[in-house]
Amino acid sequence: MDTKPRFFDEMYDASGAPRDPYRLYSDWFGQEDIKHLRQKSQDAEAFFRRIGITFNVYGQQEADERLIPFDIVPRIISAREWARLEQGIEQRVRAINAFLYDIYHRQEILRAGRLPKEIIARNEAFLSKMIGVNPPGGVYTHIVGTDLVRTGEDEFYVLEDNARTPSGVSYMLENRETMLQMFPELFTKLKVRPVSHYPQNLRRSLADCAPPAFNGDKPEIAVLTPGIYNSAYFEHAFLADQMGAELVESHDLRIVDGRVCMRTTQGYKAIDVLYRRVDDDYLDPLNFKPESMLGVPGIMDVYRAGGITIANAPGTGIADDKALYSYMPDIVEFYTGEKAILQNVPTWRCSEPDSLKYVLDHLSELVVKEVHGSGGYGMLVGPAASKRELARFEKKLRARPSNYIAQPTLALSTVPIMVKKGLAPRHVDLRPFVLVSPDKIRITPGGLTRVALKEGSLVVNSSQGGGTKDTWVLGD
Amino acid sequence: MLGKTAGGLFWMFRYLERCENTARLLEAGWRIALTRSGDTAGEWESVLNTAGIRNFYDQKYPEVDAAHVINFLLRDAENPSSVLSAISVARSNARLVRTALSSEVWEAINEYWMAMKAALARPVTEKTLAAVLSEIRNRTAIVRGTLHGTMLRNDIYNFCRLGTFVERADNTARILDVKYYVLLPSASYVGSSMDNTQWENILRSVSADRSFGWLYGGEITPSAIADFLILDRRMPRSLAFCHAKILENLDHLQGDYGQQLPCQDMAQATSARYRNRKVAEILEEGLHEFLERAIQDTALLASQIERDFRFYG
Repeated sequence: MDTKPRFFDEMYDASGAPRDPYRLYSDWFGQEDIKHLRQKSQDAEAFFRRIGITFNVYGQQEADERLIPFDIVPRIISAREWARLEQGIEQRVRAINAFLYDIYHRQEILRAGRLPKEIIARNEAFLSKMIGVNPPGGVYTHIVGTDLVRTGEDEFYVLEDNARTPSGVSYMLENRETMLQMFPELFTKLKVRPVSHYPQNLRRSLADCAPPAFNGDKPEIAVLTPGIYNSAYFEHAFLADQMGAELVESHDLRIVDGRVCMRTTQGYKAIDVLYRRVDDDYLDPLNFKPESMLGVPGIMDVYRAGGITIANAPGTGIADDKALYSYMPDIVEFYTGEKAILQNVPTWRCSEPDSLKYVLDHLSELVVKEVHGSGGYGMLVGPAASKRELARFEKKLRARPSNYIAQPTLALSTVPIMVKKGLAPRHVDLRPFVLVSPDKIRITPGGLTRVALKEGSLVVNSSQGGGTKDTWVLGD
Repeated sequence: MLGKTAGGLFWMFRYLERCENTARLLEAGWRIALTRSGDTAGEWESVLNTAGIRNFYDQKYPEVDAAHVINFLLRDAENPSSVLSAISVARSNARLVRTALSSEVWEAINEYWMAMKAALARPVTEKTLAAVLSEIRNRTAIVRGTLHGTMLRNDIYNFCRLGTFVERADNTARILDVKYYVLLPSASYVGSSMDNTQWENILRSVSADRSFGWLYGGEITPSAIADFLILDRRMPRSLAFCHAKILENLDHLQGDYGQQLPCQDMAQATSARYRNRKVAEILEEGLHEFLERAIQDTALLASQIERDFRFYG
């Protein structure tokens, strides 16, 4: 196999022997017929199309439904590796919730001088409407999707914390279903920890945070979607379905007697917990963007009066803001009293003149991201960019330095994918999904592995031609 | 259930029914074109009239001929009643109400849509028409089969059925109304071979040629056809059957919701028009007037259902 030594491959070590977690899989793979496996790949694609696991691509003329390519080679993580990741993620998510409570109340972290005041004061992601608000159950981020990358045997970095409305969990679940159908024999050989309880846990986590106004025996939960043209509509419908919750849009909702209610065939019915997949800005045209057609006018007032739980809470974006990212190790230490278990990627804040100079001098080696961007839009991958692209980006950077941060190009680990001739290494990242209840943090073993299908590419985003893999966490 | 969901289910099944009806209409028209020599334009015109898209067709094409009509009815994206448009709308409603459908029903409709997109990507020719029509029939049967076999008999099911029978009642009434003149006991038509073809065609348009044969032997008469398609409660596409089903489903909803609604009163009154009637009375009253009223009643009932169950607000 063609492995370039400068990247850590998760399946094969430098000598070409399978690493521990992959040993059984590698034996199995060696005995399989490549043609047969390629057929399985095609079966998987047909299966995804049939059940309609598609996403819509923004910026296309028609709302085009596309499939995220699925690769049939699983990404396998050992029990030991996972245990450490789990600890690290839990620590980080706890710190984020403590930070959010603090930043919207006494702001001890600013008083202690551990975080510059202006980074909060001038940040659009900081919602002043949330100051002094106590979210039901004390939970800000009910759902978190922590993006991790690996660069070596024991080197994991947190790339992003995704504390707003992380997506992709439906792919985690459907990828597993697909693998179970296609390769049942593998699941009898390897002890793969299940992921299928995620929807029930999500329901439980949301129900545990019912608002003060809830009085009944089962909280009414609804998923708020921007609608069928949203890129993640499939996921919204999928989660509502799996949780037994209603899938609502803005025009289904209205405020009646101080509660947010949905229009049913028998009149208006109060919602206790709203799992919204709509950004803060669009949530409430009365309180935020007045032109929003996606939200509910006045929902913030109901929320503050304890009439509804909004998940994730409004204003959590301040915790995964890229301008704050570089302070995360301090934030973790400040609230947990411990050193951060997971590393942060070294980050240059372009708002600082010294950093800006360094970034401009080393542009072709760095990854530069917009502070408020997401989904791989508007970012520069220095080593892959042409001279013209670099020049164009330099202009943007000089014009608005505070809009950017820069990070070294990480040597992302690789996992093989199935290509015509067999296996070939491609770069991957990992997004585990975390559910936060008042008393417990639950992390589904595994998550979504995204893979850059193009040889040598480091961009794994589905909007930029990335695919996905099933992620297996092995039992003890 | 959300009002929007009820509306989505209702329209999903209206459009599915519409796909099937358009295909059946086309099939009947095609058969006439095959079995008759000479001018068949009149037959295609009445197909367009029945589908309610004659004016729109005339704006696009200078003359009525088989090749244009076939493609207009099957795959013209601008024609809202074409099979391709109808299946797209049905599927998009299904996406909207996915949480209310069993995975079997969802997959059946999604595969139907994928199959139609592929089959109708290029113009349909006389050679490929039969295969396309049979695919439409089969796909529709699969969706209907999964509905019957996998869905809970609750309000969700009731809204699916309401959509089906509202659309079907409308369709049967239109087919009859476009052809009502050949059913009149008018001297100039009786006994000619022209009659027989027309009558057979009406029966084919509602897939009733075989069942009519069983009931009436070989003898086709206009009043027997009218009786069969309007009043016979054994015939699953008759007006009497459709309105009895509409009422039955509204009764179920009343049972579930514990509330008598205006649409139910309307459905009762409409359904009563088809009970204990003699076809001779209807013919005497004026078949065209009767059918016009039937089309109007169905439309009014549909909008009352929309209001009563808060489809839109």
